[in-house]
Amino acid sequence: MRLHRERLNMGIIKASRLIFDYIRRDENENVTEVDRAIDDLNVDIDKGSFVAILGHNGSGKSTFAKHINGILIPTEGTVWVSGMDTAKEESVWEIRKKAGMVFQNPDNQIIGNVVEEDVGFGPENIGVATEDIWRRVDESLEAVGMTAYRYKSPNKLSGGQKQRVAIAGVMAMRPECIVLDEPTAMLDPNGRKDVIRTVRELNQREGITVLLITHYMEEVIDADRVIVMDDGKIVMDGTPRGIFSDVKQLKSYRLDVPQVTELAWELREAGLDIPRGILSQEELMDHLLPIFKEKFPGKIAL
Amino acid sequence: MSIKAENLTYIYGEGTALEQYALKDVSFEIPDGQFVGLIGHTGSGKSTLIQHLNGLLKPTRGTVYYENEDIHGEGYDLRTLRSKVGLVFQYPEHQLFEVDVFSDVCYGPRNLGLAKEETEERARQALKQVGLKEKYWEQSPFELSGGQKRRVAIAGVLAMEPKVLILDEPTAGLDPRGRDEILEEISGLHRERKMSIILVSHSMEDIARYADRLMVMNRGEKVFDGEPKKVFEHCKELESIGLAAPQVTYIVHELRERGVPLGSGITTIEEAREAILRLLEQ
Amino acid sequence: MIRDITLGQYYPVDSVLHRMDPRTKLFGTMVFIISLFLADHIGAYITATVFLTAAIKLSRVPFKFMVRGLKAIVFILLISVSFNLFLTDGEVLVRLGFLKITREGLRMSCFMGLRLIYLVIGSSIMTLTTTPNQLTDGMEKSLGFLKAVKVPVHEISMMMSIALRFIPILVEETDKIMKAQMARGADFETGNLVQKAKSMVPLLVPLFISAFRRATDLAMAMEARCYRGGEGRTKMKPLHYSRRDYLAYGFYAVYLGCMMAIRFVL
Repeated sequence: MRLHRERLNMGIIKASRLIFDYIRRDENENVTEVDRAIDDLNVDIDKGSFVAILGHNGSGKSTFAKHINGILIPTEGTVWVSGMDTAKEESVWEIRKKAGMVFQNPDNQIIGNVVEEDVGFGPENIGVATEDIWRRVDESLEAVGMTAYRYKSPNKLSGGQKQRVAIAGVMAMRPECIVLDEPTAMLDPNGRKDVIRTVRELNQREGITVLLITHYMEEVIDADRVIVMDDGKIVMDGTPRGIFSDVKQLKSYRLDVPQVTELAWELREAGLDIPRGILSQEELMDHLLPIFKEKFPGKIAL
Repeated sequence: MSIKAENLTYIYGEGTALEQYALKDVSFEIPDGQFVGLIGHTGSGKSTLIQHLNGLLKPTRGTVYYENEDIHGEGYDLRTLRSKVGLVFQYPEHQLFEVDVFSDVCYGPRNLGLAKEETEERARQALKQVGLKEKYWEQSPFELSGGQKRRVAIAGVLAMEPKVLILDEPTAGLDPRGRDEILEEISGLHRERKMSIILVSHSMEDIARYADRLMVMNRGEKVFDGEPKKVFEHCKELESIGLAAPQVTYIVHELRERGVPLGSGITTIEEAREAILRLLEQ
Repeated sequence: MIRDITLGQYYPVDSVLHRMDPRTKLFGTMVFIISLFLADHIGAYITATVFLTAAIKLSRVPFKFMVRGLKAIVFILLISVSFNLFLTDGEVLVRLGFLKITREGLRMSCFMGLRLIYLVIGSSIMTLTTTPNQLTDGMEKSLGFLKAVKVPVHEISMMMSIALRFIPILVEETDKIMKAQMARGADFETGNLVQKAKSMVPLLVPLFISAFRRATDLAMAMEARCYRGGEGRTKMKPLHYSRRDYLAYGFYAVYLGCMMAIRFVL
């Protein structure tokens, strides 16, 4: 009974005391090396939120992502997606429908030889009726702005476009949540912007829960919540402003900060009256210009 | 003078319906010891351009000179050229093939026909240069982390002891730590070994930090060529071709417009910090 | 060179042939190939030419595009034509040293050349007008009866479809690795056979590793999208025959009838 009530109160994704070990074995199946990728992780993610997970390579962020749709199963602890335990084999397909996944390499996740056929792949797998598949494909392509490319071969698209096709393929499954595992790591700046814009729109317009795993700081500024992972643990958790308030701590996890934030922080460290957690150029101007106005009266336009 | 390109034009699928200019009349000269940043978005021709500089592609029209010699001239040995002009491709770890790290790095010098001792000495030097610890040398390259693999691959080119090193987005896909380490190593090669560097990158911030000179490509043409801070003054034009100057230059630009008497040519955070603090201390 | 091969490429325009059921096109290609091997009379070649021309016109694919596909078989074409031309006995027309051209040889080599050219053009019309996915769907459905004898028809067709998607990617990758190794002083051109084979190792090892990595990634992506084999799958583009397909089958019957008549009656 208590368990039931707990389920009703939890967010769309919840991990409790999650531990995952990569275990290496020799030819005789003897364990030779145990590598703890996730170490006692607890997290609860609200439905409809945009959550970014940061961390350098090897921090455990991708390993966590793979737990969310049952590609990996916890060594210890539990992960629930929409109240379903991912370790239960009978719910794995239901979980994969609810939580779609987009991977890093755009080439290695597109199955179809034509864009629209690829988007239809997921619905085909879960046995959606033909007319419904078409409706879903049309809607998903529209949602990511790729309708104009529907008859093209994926090989003719740019990296950013391929990732948007991959996102459409996930959308066609009508998920509640999309997990994107470093979707922009292999893209150029324009492709990166395109993908992030698309994901943000899906979050705002369709209310899809987004879990974005990345190491680009510019991409997390508009998130509702930022989680920083290091060594398999959550080390920072808060709003972007809260996270970016502590540039020193971020740097200690070998993460970058946007240039405005870093400059503002440097100036604050040098004694200027600038608050923590500056995220945009306008904010910096709002605080920096009055300081200059005091120094050079009559010269500065506010 | 080390590399000179004269009116390079390269056309894909010449004479077919799909004819496309990858390079259009590109000329420049890179003197010894320069650190050049090469920027342009995907499809701007920058990857095609660098493949011309070590003779992997032959220009449809125009000439490439290395130390005043036409590299497609009669009797010119392209293999020797490739040992002088080292090229590190994007995701270079995908070209690793040997059973251990050390042998893989030996592949380049061995191809040059060097003696065994010389080959191994060069491999040792190269691996030290990229900062890969000795305990990894006997391991299979495929068991290393992404950043380590990439360093092995770069060592594989360094072992040929090139005078010019061209790197195509050497930091793609790495996390901030891996990126900084690789860039520092490249910068070290430039400082200590006086190597000429051509760094293809998407990051204006990195270029601002390391390069003496910036070339910007767009649709196969060279649209800007000069000191990075001079090029960044054209931020409007850069934006019109889908690029942008480093964020700091925008901040400095706005401050100047509002009447703050900051000097021009500020492109990194350190420079901006120093300039602002100096001004306020007066 | 590899880019010139049009066989297996899809040409995206809208035409009657593009809209036709892939099974109809597969069957039609088969009929056409059989008919070519029946043909040994000028009349048969005229009929085949009419059939092929009709198909080319209906496909709305530029003829130039199909001809480019022939480049890949120029060598085979030359060999088989010259064999027939010089090595057929019969009434001698010209003698060049030990070589002779006979009337029969001339006839045979013309027929042989035409046969090969028609064969390639005929099958490229099928692939040019059918997306690889439709093609594999068509095969899966036409060969569905083999499931009864435990042939994994769905799996085979899925594999073919994935292979088609990854061939261009791997071709590009080969080119890139080759260039990367050449930048390290590799030489893929000179040397004897053993040296050449040895020089391929630095190309093949990375290529295999990359193919395996892609395969692992793809398998994971497919599972994440709920793929679990052919059971319970629906189709986005299910195959049905429409009027044009029945018409086409009628047309095949007439065509094959004509070809048989020319062969066995004339």
